[in-house]
Amino acid sequence: MTHRHVVVVGAGPAGLAAAEAALSAGARVTLIDASDRPGGQYHRMLPEAYDAARPEVLHHGWRAFDRRRRRVLTRPRCAWWSDTSVWALERPDPERPGPPRVHVLHGPVDGGGRRRLTLDPDALVLAVGAHDRVLPFPGWELPGVFTAGAAQALAKGERVVVGDRVVVAGTGPFLLPVAASLLEAGSRVLEVLEANTRGTVARGWSRRPWQLAAQAGKSGELAEYAALLIRHRVPCRTGRTVIEARGDGRVEEVVTARLRADWSAVPGSERTVAVDAVCVTHGFSPQLELPVAAGCALRTSPGGEFVEVDADQATSVPGVYSAGEITGIAGAPAARAEGALAGWLAAGGDPRASALRPLRRGRDQGRAFAARLARAHPIGAAWSGWLRPETVICRCEEADYASLCRAATRPESASARVAKLETRAGLGPCQARICGPTVAELNTRLSGAPVEPPAEGLPAPVPHRRPIAQPIRLGELAAPSEPAADGSAPRHL
Amino acid sequence: MSPRRVRAGSDAVGRQDRPLRITVDGEPVDGIAGQTIAGVLLADDRLAWRRGRSGAPRGVFCGIGVCFDCLVTVGEERDVRACRRRALDGDVVTTQSRQDAEPAPGTEER
Ligand SMILES: Cc1cc2nc3c(=O)[nH]c(=O)nc-3n(C[C@H](O)[C@H](O)[C@H](O)COP(=O)(O)OP(=O)(O)OC[C@H]3O[C@@H](n4cnc5c(N)ncnc54)[C@H](O)[C@@H]3O)c2cc1C
Ligand code: FES
Repeated sequence: MTHRHVVVVGAGPAGLAAAEAALSAGARVTLIDASDRPGGQYHRMLPEAYDAARPEVLHHGWRAFDRRRRRVLTRPRCAWWSDTSVWALERPDPERPGPPRVHVLHGPVDGGGRRRLTLDPDALVLAVGAHDRVLPFPGWELPGVFTAGAAQALAKGERVVVGDRVVVAGTGPFLLPVAASLLEAGSRVLEVLEANTRGTVARGWSRRPWQLAAQAGKSGELAEYAALLIRHRVPCRTGRTVIEARGDGRVEEVVTARLRADWSAVPGSERTVAVDAVCVTHGFSPQLELPVAAGCALRTSPGGEFVEVDADQATSVPGVYSAGEITGIAGAPAARAEGALAGWLAAGGDPRASALRPLRRGRDQGRAFAARLARAHPIGAAWSGWLRPETVICRCEEADYASLCRAATRPESASARVAKLETRAGLGPCQARICGPTVAELNTRLSGAPVEPPAEGLPAPVPHRRPIAQPIRLGELAAPSEPAADGSAPRHL
Repeated sequence: MSPRRVRAGSDAVGRQDRPLRITVDGEPVDGIAGQTIAGVLLADDRLAWRRGRSGAPRGVFCGIGVCFDCLVTVGEERDVRACRRRALDGDVVTTQSRQDAEPAPGTEER
């Protein structure tokens, strides 16, 4: 009997659930993750070498996760490709509609001699997750300024704390687990600052926020974090944020200010706080390069751009499904529900199966939660008031606000593409993953020209278009790739 | 003091540390098996190791392989993301500067 071959990219909550469901539906699964352990961001595991006796103390829902990962990874029909990056997706020719060819590299991160393989799946599930979005502010490029996710990944993933006197700032419920992890690991969290005003947060969640969080499976967790912060007497303030970081070669102090609902700073409300680290997040950006490479349509929502999926988690490309935070920011439980649906249906499972009903309900609750989350924790339009002419906007190229303003307001460079080439903003090693949305927003505002006129000889202004999704070296590119398409995908690489 | 590793003895996860040693620009730096190179450097109280175009210091920003602020050379390999590469005993790490003109990743030999 030949089984349908489902390739799942990402072994976070969404991808792991997708793999499990696809296996249940009878498919052969190849589960791919760039990391050496499953779990993704939410269940980031300690290194195997730590030999931790009690890993569960750092996690919610550890038992269920641990059982699931063992169940999935030991199934004979499941190939687990850890340490494997998908670096390109190649669109099939029009003659052969279906999911793209998957190009992977297996081996040490950014290593030179990695093994290159290709897969031609019957169906593809993309579950690659998101990363912190951080708005620029003066001094954000100083060492000691971290994304909230970095602090979380270091504390959870290898027991390193980023500092002893830390301010956690930005917007969204993610501020709470990050502060909790820092406290658990022995840092002093001086304050947690939610930039949105109490009014914005309350209106956004509207009535019965806790009930909604409960449906989305998040309330116990959030209540626990809140209790921990109270126990440690950590002040949590709304309508205040970090508008500047200062220091000589590293962060030594931050300036915080009270914010109005539109995130304009209230003059005279500034306070200076001595810190050795600051952790910032203004929401999450989905990692869209793979879905864009596969040709998946995106949708624009108040929370940003995401992969568009239908009620079955199917994208606009036949045979390509998507789940988790690349379809909307709704937390791990929603990612799991989406993943399970996507995996089952990608495997050709019966769409009317009764087991899907609670999954669809969970997914719909997750979507409702995501909509409220976006409403309660928006980015205020006046944030750019924090910027100074010399503030770095593109971290890689060190393009500053003044150069962006100059380029955007000169008619010959009003096109975002020309501005990009002039300022080099977005052309550095991160390929605009960090500054892209910010540069686009500022450019639109400064030039007052949201619509892109076509310009000859320049790349199309499609954001998230990174044909090479993960770095590959010339030597690796020159080496022939091994097809693993004929059902002989090795179980472990 | 600044970044540091939670002490094994007081760590609630109950871990076993196996020491490793790498060199950074020729200087020995001690870490434990399983750590990323960035983790080893941070726990050694090094907050920055790379220099940007202007010469400004950089270390970890995103922590998950997205920003490319943390790049180092490992052995002969340039532009390795220190926040994602696990340190191996004996790794020879050299710090990098963008002042000596790196080509953009994915486009040329890095
Ligand atoms: C750094 C960070 C820490 C977080 N910590 C928490 C937390 O503690 N609590 C909380 O409630 N929420 C946390 N979140 C939010 C979190 O993203 C979600 O709750 C949840 O993990 C989303 O699940 P997911 O399956 O959609 O994506 P993820 O969990 O992000 O999983 C995506 C997986 O895809 C893999 N991947 C991505 N691109 C490729 C590629 N090209 N090739 C191969 N593999 C690839 C990644 O390695 C990753 O394992 C965190 C987010 C970030 C960015
Ligand atoms: S810190 Fe961002 S890539 Fe390593």
